[in-house]
Amino acid sequence: MDVLSDLFLDYTLRTVALGSAALGIVSGALGAFAVLRRQALLGDAMSHAALPGVALAFLITGSRGPLILMIGAALTGWLAAAAVVYIVRASRIKTDTAMALVLSVFFGAGLVVLTFIQRQPAAGKAGLDKFLFGQAAAMLEGDVITMASVGAVGLLGVLVLWKEFKLLSFDPDFAATLGMPTRRLDMLLTSLLVIAIVVGLKTVGVVLMSAMVVAPGAAARQWTNRLGVMVTLSALFGAAAGVLGALLSNTAQTSTGPTIVLVATGLVVVSLLFAPTRGLVWTRMHTWRSQRILALEAVMSDLAALAAQHSSDATRPHDVAALHAVRGRALVDRALSELAADGLAQRHDGGGWSLTPRGLAEADRLARLRRAPTDHL
Amino acid sequence: MSAWLRTGTALAVQATDLTLAYQQRPVLWDVDLDVPQGVLMAIVGPNGAGKTTLLRTVLGLLRPAAGEVRIFGRPYAEQRRLVAYVPQRGSVDWDFPTTALDIVTMGTYGGLGWVKRPGSSERSRASAALAQVGMRAYADRQISQLSGGQQQRVFLARALVQDAQVYLMDEPFQGVDATTERAIVDLLRTLRADGKTVVAVHHDLQTVAEYFDQVTLLNVRRIAAGPVGKVFTDENLRLTYGGRVAGIGGRTNGTGPEAHL
Repeated sequence: MDVLSDLFLDYTLRTVALGSAALGIVSGALGAFAVLRRQALLGDAMSHAALPGVALAFLITGSRGPLILMIGAALTGWLAAAAVVYIVRASRIKTDTAMALVLSVFFGAGLVVLTFIQRQPAAGKAGLDKFLFGQAAAMLEGDVITMASVGAVGLLGVLVLWKEFKLLSFDPDFAATLGMPTRRLDMLLTSLLVIAIVVGLKTVGVVLMSAMVVAPGAAARQWTNRLGVMVTLSALFGAAAGVLGALLSNTAQTSTGPTIVLVATGLVVVSLLFAPTRGLVWTRMHTWRSQRILALEAVMSDLAALAAQHSSDATRPHDVAALHAVRGRALVDRALSELAADGLAQRHDGGGWSLTPRGLAEADRLARLRRAPTDHL
Repeated sequence: MSAWLRTGTALAVQATDLTLAYQQRPVLWDVDLDVPQGVLMAIVGPNGAGKTTLLRTVLGLLRPAAGEVRIFGRPYAEQRRLVAYVPQRGSVDWDFPTTALDIVTMGTYGGLGWVKRPGSSERSRASAALAQVGMRAYADRQISQLSGGQQQRVFLARALVQDAQVYLMDEPFQGVDATTERAIVDLLRTLRADGKTVVAVHHDLQTVAEYFDQVTLLNVRRIAAGPVGKVFTDENLRLTYGGRVAGIGGRTNGTGPEAHL
């Protein structure tokens, strides 16, 4: 309970937790849309492209105020997104190449400006390099308030234009035929994503911020088939990763960005493995179960067919060597012992097998079921 | 508001001189599309003939280099609400986290205006449209769990909810099962009986005469257009498909058309 009581009593820790929760909620909610619109890599390009914005904002204003740096970051991040769209539209370069180009050019430029600043004698330059991998410990109340207010703008945008953004993400052409200004909506949603990115920039860092955009959304998608639930869950996952990661990095004195990202990745791994319906473990179990059931049905219908050839005595024993040859010994033996355990098949003295009267009835029922039209035609 | 006041006696869809090119390659060249009200028209032509492009241009999704589109005599932009669109099933990601009913409800968004969310009246209209295509039982299904034919019917229901006068459909019969094919044909006939107009890109030459009243044969240019009985001839099909079609319309007893394979 020490951590919990620290959380409420320790000012620094509380500030860090609140700020990280804010960044996680915003990037999680908007990241969910980015995931659905296949813009994960665009998020990566935009967060890297925020670095020159931060450096230039400092260079021009001489201030390290959170809002000023965020505005700088947002401007170059947004410019990067526009550059990707423009390059794809105006040339034959494909989207992935355009994003890689924009990412490296902007990030490179950011590093150059950053090194330039580091060599200046100016005061207050310290800490700008923290934007690379993020730093939670230095978070102040003012930072948290700025993060929360800027983030609230992003969340509000999603709430107000919920149905527009939903349709834009699912079927933009159809949205356009309804008269929605899809290009402007697209730009707006991308701008909100920029907001989500700049909110977390100082804590998580430009290099790994895209993980906060992608990971919560990817994890949330595993658990639900409703957009509303997915976006909410994604926001919660983002908050959890933000808070846990920031606190961990604070205690362990590790870089904040990588620690938060590790927590977020952990959520993704757990979701990929264990989510019902979509999780790997679940699908494996499901496949395994249906294969087992199919094997049972196959062996039952084989035995029923054998019985039908001797209509005088349906439960007379049959040699299962032929079944072994056709379906494989292990499969047949396992199915037979399961059928016997269920009272559907019986082993006779001398090694022969047959269905029990109940097994015959069940085989008959299944055969009729298989012949009936299925509902998905 | 009565749509009749705005429909008048003009053609339901009238596109004139549509020309559109990607880079230097013309995709549509001086194409006219004339669709009278209350008919079912097929747009037929080989792959790359510009059929989908023509639909998308009529809908304002593509900007033509020349030409204009009128719906009941007035520009498309003013008459948008009279036109419903059924895109190709493959044009969207069916793993999107939502239900069949929710997709159909999207058809009501145009009438809702900004910000306002669909309510119970929108949902009950969507539910009725689902019933009309025989899909009410699947309202709450995640859309990825539907078969191809069912997904197609969900798209049709979404267009029905728009309560339009003109329905533009891009290959509604593409890859659907027999049940869905029947359902779609029944639906087309119901729409025609209600005085609605349907324009559908169609691939199966053998069913053109059975399903449609009129046909536009397209291969970058408009080869021919008019009532199926007059226009859908071997000669016109040869002109459209470049002589690669053998025996259409049941006039020869060959192995059937190759063009749609």
